[in-house]
Amino acid sequence: MSFDPERAAIRFGCGLSPRIAPPDSAEAMLSQLTGRDRAAEAFPVPGFQAVVAHYVAIRAARKAQKATRTEADLEAKLKARKKVERAMADDGSRWFANTMLRRALTEDGFRERLVAFWTDHFTAFDEGGPMRFSHVAYTEEAIRPHVAGRFADLLRASATHPIMLRFLDQARSAGPNSQATKRKDKIGGLNENLAREMLELHTLGVNGPYTQTDVRQLAELLTGLSYTMKAGFEFRPSLAEPGAETVLSVEYGGNKARLEDIYAAFEDLARHPATARHIARKLAVHFVSDGPDEGLVDAMAARYAETDGNLPEVYAAMLEHPAAWADQPGNIKQPVDFIGSSLRALDIVPRAMPAGKYGRTRKMFFTPLQLMGQDWGRPAGPDGWTESDAEWITPQRLSARLIWGMTMPYELRRALPDPRDFVETALGRRVPEEVRFAARAAETRAEGIGIVLSSPAFQRM
Amino acid sequence: MTRQTLSRRLFLTRSAALGCSLAASPLMTPVTMASAPGENRLVVLILRGGLDGLDAVRPYGAPEFDSYRGRLLDTAVPGELDLDGFYALHPALAPLMPLWQAGELGFAHAVSTPYRDKRSHFDGQDILEAGTASLDRAPDRDGWLNRLLQGFPGAEAETAYAIGRSDMLLTRGKADVSNWSPDAALPLSPQAEKLLDMVMHDDPLFRDATAEAIALSQISLGLSADAVEGEDALDSSGMMGAMQDSMAGAGKKGGLDEIARFAAGRLREETRIAAWSVNGFDTHAAQSKRLPRALTDLSDTLLALREALGPVWEKTAVVAMTEFGRTARANGTGGTDHGTGGAMLFAGGALRGGRVVGDWPGLAEADLYDRRDLMPTRDVRAHAGWMMRQLFGLDTGLIERSVFPGVELGADPKLIL
Repeated sequence: MSFDPERAAIRFGCGLSPRIAPPDSAEAMLSQLTGRDRAAEAFPVPGFQAVVAHYVAIRAARKAQKATRTEADLEAKLKARKKVERAMADDGSRWFANTMLRRALTEDGFRERLVAFWTDHFTAFDEGGPMRFSHVAYTEEAIRPHVAGRFADLLRASATHPIMLRFLDQARSAGPNSQATKRKDKIGGLNENLAREMLELHTLGVNGPYTQTDVRQLAELLTGLSYTMKAGFEFRPSLAEPGAETVLSVEYGGNKARLEDIYAAFEDLARHPATARHIARKLAVHFVSDGPDEGLVDAMAARYAETDGNLPEVYAAMLEHPAAWADQPGNIKQPVDFIGSSLRALDIVPRAMPAGKYGRTRKMFFTPLQLMGQDWGRPAGPDGWTESDAEWITPQRLSARLIWGMTMPYELRRALPDPRDFVETALGRRVPEEVRFAARAAETRAEGIGIVLSSPAFQRM
Repeated sequence: MTRQTLSRRLFLTRSAALGCSLAASPLMTPVTMASAPGENRLVVLILRGGLDGLDAVRPYGAPEFDSYRGRLLDTAVPGELDLDGFYALHPALAPLMPLWQAGELGFAHAVSTPYRDKRSHFDGQDILEAGTASLDRAPDRDGWLNRLLQGFPGAEAETAYAIGRSDMLLTRGKADVSNWSPDAALPLSPQAEKLLDMVMHDDPLFRDATAEAIALSQISLGLSADAVEGEDALDSSGMMGAMQDSMAGAGKKGGLDEIARFAAGRLREETRIAAWSVNGFDTHAAQSKRLPRALTDLSDTLLALREALGPVWEKTAVVAMTEFGRTARANGTGGTDHGTGGAMLFAGGALRGGRVVGDWPGLAEADLYDRRDLMPTRDVRAHAGWMMRQLFGLDTGLIERSVFPGVELGADPKLIL
């Protein structure tokens, strides 16, 4: 098999659209990807400073409420606090709307899918609270600008972003012999979390050639990576462990603590053959199949090694390989892919999204996504979302997909398309006969649309 | 709805999927309550993130305990939380003291899975749920609870439930386990059901999940088989309304209490085994603030189960286990890092509780694993294995060979009354 425009849009993009033509070649996909990021320009989302602004406002309002002394004042302070919390949540719904509109209306669907893939590879987020939408800023600043660059740059951008430094507890990790530890301020020791996940998840992979000693040494090397709410990323020599560290038999640093020594380790980890293999396989599993063709993985890993982890080259190796276009039942769409491609097939207009309305966004998207198993931006742990098809299609998760497909299109678009047309726009040239029949036989338009969206032909990529 | 309807539906879907291997399936044996393999119930809770056993069950009698942790972690031991003069309960578990006093709560300390050294959550949880001695990354690997069912005469889909929104390896495998979350109910009109059957038919993954979702929804929605097929069936607009209600009511915070109650409802009927997870135990920082939340979830779960099980609590054993313990010393951020040995919890009326079992290895630096973690002195699988032997009369050979391959069961800790 070889390149096929509809398959390219479904398997490597955001699905079919009645308005936007699928890409006509792998070269076109890659040239769009390395060109201007038009979707981000059309549907912007902000960075870390916008997250911090909400955090500061909410913290101040909570403090003011605590300090209040009279009943009447308490009422006012509570109201003020609710208002800033509301503003944060409403902004979260705007960021969600724009993230999904990029998927619905982009001509460069591969980019959106890669952004989701790399965000998941370098998972970082804040749990609940005032910073609960920080993952949007993280993706926009640390991931999105680098998906068409070098892997080493992605690694560096993720490991120096405040959200990652918070998520894996790096920001306050201090060398046992650092100045900070000696001064005995609140900071008092080493935290291995980021170092471990960097080796296990981000670079070499869990079967990679590293030991507990490497984890420990890398943790000591990473000390000093920190941030402030005001300035963002900051390197603090006072946290850094003095002396050299040896990771995978290479010695880094030795004299004054320097950020360059940490970056040198990132370059070496990115260049490691185990990393090439780990990344190649993970991309193939995500885009092509849970059990990918070994030839495909080999070709991608080889290209990674030849080009020093230049990602568009690795993607090209994937798109050039016949196994990428095989006619097997494709992977299951993850819930955000399912919803994004549904919006695209439904051809929704931007104002249909409940941007700025948190309550409605929760009802229409956040809760359904949770029930489908994908709490938006917050997987269960730093290993991100599962790639296993069977884990997404369990009775209860499928149930949530069916309910969303039957009810939400009508909420988004009162004038629903005729299911007999919709089945052709949503599925393209490969419409299974029974889906075509069911779309015609449904009792209502909403039910017909729901059945098309629920069908394996739409749920798979 | 009646049991037959559910079994028939599930049976029909399964038989299509299983094909010629059906003869070997435990589902071929029709089972009634009377021939069920006994009255005992097992609930398995997976505590995800790596519970700090040294904080949950504090060995305050160990001379090093306070010096390792006192500066950065809360190590206070109020008198009323003392368990036996050496261990004390974490304050967030105080609501469980009445269970301890009634002999319905116990712990094993200094235990771990066979997993060592790399201290990865994901591998640790995989080993814990697979019940094996080492990692097996085969995509079709199964969980120990599923293998238990395979050796369980007369098990069927209703016998075991995996509950909650996330799937678990623990219950995955050949034996039929129902997987359900009470907030996922799917109300369908007969016409919609027929059309869905049609579009799902050729894709076994979708076909089986849809049939199971429909059958389980009937339980969750409290619909009778008559209502589903007869005059009271939903029409198309009724279906849309019911679906909107179902979405609107779902996804409210927490849900652990609802899960415990759903499980209790099934356990009071034919179900004998249920499993789900409690999350939030990965306390790298601010442990004194974060761990109490997770322990409160655990304690609420146990109390909700006890209440909702009613008389069946007497026949129930709950075991809560985690992927690994945490470092003996506090880290620099008021938390603890991934470690090795930890604690497991037992509860239930079927239990011989009121004690902390285990060989205490000591906390002196030379006694620690890698000079950093509590030394595991026993395999968690040995305790779980003995529980299963006593609850379900399983043969020890089967446990050592099949359920927990390579486990050394050792001496019987006599956990069950």
